[in-house]
Amino acid sequence: MTRHLISSADLTRRDVEDILETAASMHDLQRREVKKVPTLRGRTVINFFFEDSTRTRSSFEIAGKWMSADTINLSAKGSSTSKGESLRDTAMTIDAMAVDALVIRHNASGACHQVAKWVRCSVINAGDGTHEHPTQALLDAYTLRTRLGDLDGRHVVIVGDLTHSRVFRSNVITLKTLGARVTVVAPPTLMPSGIAAWSEADGFATSWDLDAVLDGDDPVDAVMMLRVQRERMSGGFFPTPREYTVGYGLTRDRLDRLVARNEDVLVLHPGPMNRGLEIAPEAADAPQSVVLDQVSAGVAVRMAVLYHLLAGDDTPAPAATSPDASSAPTSRTTEGAAR
Amino acid sequence: MNRLVIRGARLLGAQAADLLVEDGVITEVGSVSVPRDADVLDADGLVALPGLVDLHVHLREPGREDAETIATGSAAAAAGGFTAVFAMANTNPVTDTAEAAERVHDLGHACGLTEVVPVGAVTKGLEGAELAELGLMARSRAKVRVFSDDGHCVHDARIMRRALEYVKPFGGVISQHAQDPRLAGREACCHEGEVSGRLGLPGWPGIAEESIVARDVMLARHTGSRVHVAHVSTAGTVEVLRWAKAQGIAVTAEVTPHHLVLTTDLLAGYDPVYKVNPPLRPAEDVEALREALVDGTIDAVATDHAPHARHDKEHAFVDAAFGMLGLETALSVVSDVLVQPGRLAWSDVARVMSTAPARIGGLSDQGQGLAVGSPAHVTLVDPDREVTVDAAASRSRSRNNPWHGRTLQGAVLATVFAGRVTHDVRNGAGTRRELTNATTSGADL
Repeated sequence: MTRHLISSADLTRRDVEDILETAASMHDLQRREVKKVPTLRGRTVINFFFEDSTRTRSSFEIAGKWMSADTINLSAKGSSTSKGESLRDTAMTIDAMAVDALVIRHNASGACHQVAKWVRCSVINAGDGTHEHPTQALLDAYTLRTRLGDLDGRHVVIVGDLTHSRVFRSNVITLKTLGARVTVVAPPTLMPSGIAAWSEADGFATSWDLDAVLDGDDPVDAVMMLRVQRERMSGGFFPTPREYTVGYGLTRDRLDRLVARNEDVLVLHPGPMNRGLEIAPEAADAPQSVVLDQVSAGVAVRMAVLYHLLAGDDTPAPAATSPDASSAPTSRTTEGAAR
Repeated sequence: MNRLVIRGARLLGAQAADLLVEDGVITEVGSVSVPRDADVLDADGLVALPGLVDLHVHLREPGREDAETIATGSAAAAAGGFTAVFAMANTNPVTDTAEAAERVHDLGHACGLTEVVPVGAVTKGLEGAELAELGLMARSRAKVRVFSDDGHCVHDARIMRRALEYVKPFGGVISQHAQDPRLAGREACCHEGEVSGRLGLPGWPGIAEESIVARDVMLARHTGSRVHVAHVSTAGTVEVLRWAKAQGIAVTAEVTPHHLVLTTDLLAGYDPVYKVNPPLRPAEDVEALREALVDGTIDAVATDHAPHARHDKEHAFVDAAFGMLGLETALSVVSDVLVQPGRLAWSDVARVMSTAPARIGGLSDQGQGLAVGSPAHVTLVDPDREVTVDAAASRSRSRNNPWHGRTLQGAVLATVFAGRVTHDVRNGAGTRRELTNATTSGADL
């Protein structure tokens, strides 16, 4: 694996599978009374969040702490301006403290790319603007594989504000890496520019018509609903929340139709959810919903990413060194189904 | 009397001849016997062009002297073969009064390396709301003829109409930065297309330029005024220009060297050196721009030389400053991509980089032929010299050079401005000969 995790495209299928396998061991650890392993003792991980985030930051923080790394959270408000400190100066300042990894959430697309060129430590992209969010794609893949097994040939539908979604951009890459078939659905105003050429080059399908996709010939294994920010309305991307829901929400009726065709269909959402806008409460709380599994997987996947980027090749995976590894639950399927 | 003989240059790339220059004026062309007191500039094998004229540069003085000054920008201009540059008004304070314009003019004159012509703002403070004192700037010592809110579009159609009408009596022209702010706002920083979609960068669609150009050519027709389109970047704009010119509308246009070569896919690594406004476009647009320059639909090459302090380019891509250097590389780029493949002759380069921009900008003593009686503004080019661009070697105070590391064929080896040698690297690539007269007062020009 590379030194950094900037884009989902940095990861080969083998890399993704290794990370998800490690994540499974980590996930087992989470059910122990004492969750901490010594794997990254003496390592320093800085979570640098230039943008507000609750779940991603706490997920990375817990992941680092359970691995015994020293984790420090820093936040900086808003975008840099010509008057403020340059991104390079900020990055160099952190790097000068001889940290091992810098986990970055930034409101500007590409910020992690840029920082990685300037620093010696590993850089992990925790979401950059409207570009990518590779650990989200990994935890989504983990969640899907827990329920569906191998994703080869599985059909995943991603619905929502694709233009502004880093979750979509990373997911489409990782899902294709794992052999899934992907269809993305949005109104034309929320489709990224150049999507026609892009989808053709990268081998995924696009549609403006959610019902045609859900009721189409190609059965759906999972739907991933993206958060729609209400402020997009003022940008003229769609007229009203009501109209958006009718066209693109996972309504109770749409969920019923999906379940009627495939009882094991999965409903994902990266959170935070706008209940009643892109997802009806009935869908969010349905047995098919794996929204909380995603959160739970988030910690395990981030532990696995830290392990793969920071632990030396001679450091054994934590589960193997753990005295009670044999007593850890082994059936992930059982655990997933219990939700 | 100051005498200079430029010996053996191929005039506009055609037959070789000597030029005798006396007190800044060409007085003899042909086989010149060198007067005893004359300096000799051996130009054997070099192409002589009339001094290059750049309709569009940012010299940053006053306000951002840490990025460029009129002195460093003039030095970069001389090194690039330019004998006149039009300094855009988006300084601090803005060039929106006669006094501000005269100050830029006087600083350029004192520097004496190139003619520095201030561009006046169209609206006060570039705010797009009220006309600046266009007439007073025109009457000033700076004789402003080109007006532009460059960096901002004159978006309000009524203001644009009034500006076009108002400058007619003094032969002014409005140089429009065509960018509809509703279609491409302040954040827009990447050509809207597949690359911006993948990178998640706010898109700057071609239509934001094209719709303004379409409106402006109709306003020019309606008012019977001249409009100039700055830094044309799309094939759609070329189509509009072609149509407008066929109607006889008084529209002219410029293209930058970077839009003739660099494409939007360079943004894949989020390197802000490639962040420029208008943005780099796809290859189809680049080819349409080359074709338009060759067939005359686009009149001129202008650099949009935009120096920036290093720290202003080291922000996240959306926050970094727009713009790239261009003065020192412009001729080499045009040579490499259009002359070497045979699409432009050197006489065409003289047209698009000297004669046409001088005419558009209303400079009567620039862009003349290399003939007896013309002011001695001469650029000497080695068409075969390959140069590998080194950002660190720039005369500019800034280093935001997108051409760094590229090898280009064709290089300016010497520049003569009003009979004085302002740049001379004939002794080899990279060697700079100190010029004794380059730092003396330009008061006698």
